[in-house]
Amino acid sequence: MSTHDIQLTVNGASHRVQVESRLLLVHLLRENLRLTGTHIGCDTTHCGACTVLLDGEPVKSCTVLAVQAEGSEITTVEGLEQNGKLHPVQEAFWEKHGLQCGYCTPGMMLTGCALLARDKNPSEAQIREAISGNLCRCTGYSNIVKAIQSAAEQLRQH
Amino acid sequence: MIPPVFDYHAPASVADAIALLSRFGDSAKVISGGQSLLPLLKLRLGTAEHLVDIGRIPGLEYVREEGGYLRIGGRTREAALERSEIVRTRFPILLDTARVIADPLVRNRATVGGNLAHGDPANDHPATMLALRAIVVAQGPNGERTIPIDRFFTGLFATALAADEILTEIRIPVPPGRSGGAYLKLERKVGDYATAAAAAQVTLDGAGTFAQVGIALTNAGPVPARASAAEDALIGKRVNDAAIAEAARRAAEAASPTADRRGSVEYKREMARVLAARALKKAVERAGGR
Ligand SMILES: Cc1cc2nc3c(=O)[nH]c(=O)nc-3n(C[C@H](O)[C@H](O)[C@H](O)COP(=O)(O)OP(=O)(O)OC[C@H]3O[C@@H](n4cnc5c(N)ncnc54)[C@H](O)[C@@H]3O)c2cc1C
Ligand code: FES
Ligand code: FES
Repeated sequence: MSTHDIQLTVNGASHRVQVESRLLLVHLLRENLRLTGTHIGCDTTHCGACTVLLDGEPVKSCTVLAVQAEGSEITTVEGLEQNGKLHPVQEAFWEKHGLQCGYCTPGMMLTGCALLARDKNPSEAQIREAISGNLCRCTGYSNIVKAIQSAAEQLRQH
Repeated sequence: MIPPVFDYHAPASVADAIALLSRFGDSAKVISGGQSLLPLLKLRLGTAEHLVDIGRIPGLEYVREEGGYLRIGGRTREAALERSEIVRTRFPILLDTARVIADPLVRNRATVGGNLAHGDPANDHPATMLALRAIVVAQGPNGERTIPIDRFFTGLFATALAADEILTEIRIPVPPGRSGGAYLKLERKVGDYATAAAAAQVTLDGAGTFAQVGIALTNAGPVPARASAAEDALIGKRVNDAAIAEAARRAAEAASPTADRRGSVEYKREMARVLAARALKKAVERAGGR
């Protein structure tokens, strides 16, 4: 089994870590870097609880090897808040009750952020399509969609 | 779940990747998007002593028209296919297909090449590529060769690719005028494999008869194959509902789906018939035939 010295940027901070070739990105984040905001749900690439942004795009970190992320920029939910201020998507999830138990929330918010970074005025159908790989067992999705719409409105004003 | 141990290699060129594959033989596997391979390894349904990651090789992701073909780079992600202008405007059947594969997050990693190379009859691209009569380009120690899609799938999870070959490009012949295609899939939920799905690609001639037809089904047997009896039912026929219904009936008849939680054999065959007819109608419509 090979081990690898990798460099990656997580939430703006550069890290050098030694990893086993089979280490999954989600375990690197949660266990090596202690960023436990990224959750593990199904562990089978279905639920999206483990969603992180890899070079700006949402991916399921339970299905990416840490070595595959070498040299890339990762954003986890811990990286959304800036200078003590919540990201507009975080504010909106709070305001619009876009969460109940919170298990899916980090992934939902990151997927929402990636969508809004590409398109500040998505239709409801586009929002529902974008989050279709993130499962929520609590909210029934309606308030999540409303939260992303509300965040989009905020972002359009800036 | 943690994958079994393996050595990881990240070659910087196709030549280096082939050299590694030649050296390790059957104990090595290519990893591309990893969206089929990693779940498999995590569930310990497969093993590999060496993973050769082609994700660091520059120049393998592109979608462009050149020399009469639409050329798709071997490591083109589904998300890139979906965003491609030429796919959106000229190859709606490819957009139909990419959009129903897994979910948007998986599609940010999963590649079209991997979708074919996995040899899974449940995957969606095989039927579409069969209908489009695509050509697979493979590179190995002895250079490059082309494999017609009809000879690419050789068994359940088996393809014509040798252990030391890499799928580097997919070529789709650019259809003549008055052509159209469509892919329709029935799935229980986003991210599920097809209960049934059908790909249809047609070219009409001036008189409104079928000049070329490609039809294939997803999850309709252990090996993806064209529904040639269904195609034959249409060639030379004028576009009409009865001819389309007969072709769809023949496609379903040739299918051998298996019963599982998605449904019984009878149900799946019936859905295949309905979807084949609808895909043909949509293809005709897109060809400007209605
Ligand atoms: C939750 C989930 C749902 C899914 N739903 C669908 C679906 O509805 N429809 C569908 O079609 N697919 C579905 N998939 C599969 C997904 O599309 C896969 O990603 C795809 O089948 C394989 O592409 P990949 O790039 O990830 O390949 P990998 O997983 O990296 O590789 C798959 C296999 O192909 C080989 N390989 C890959 N690329 C090459 C190459 N260039 N040359 C030689 N060999 C190569 C590998 O060695 C391996 O054996 C789903 C996957 C998941 C996780
Ligand atoms: S934990 Fe990764 S998709 Fe569910
Ligand atoms: S808030 Fe509980 S799973 Fe979404």
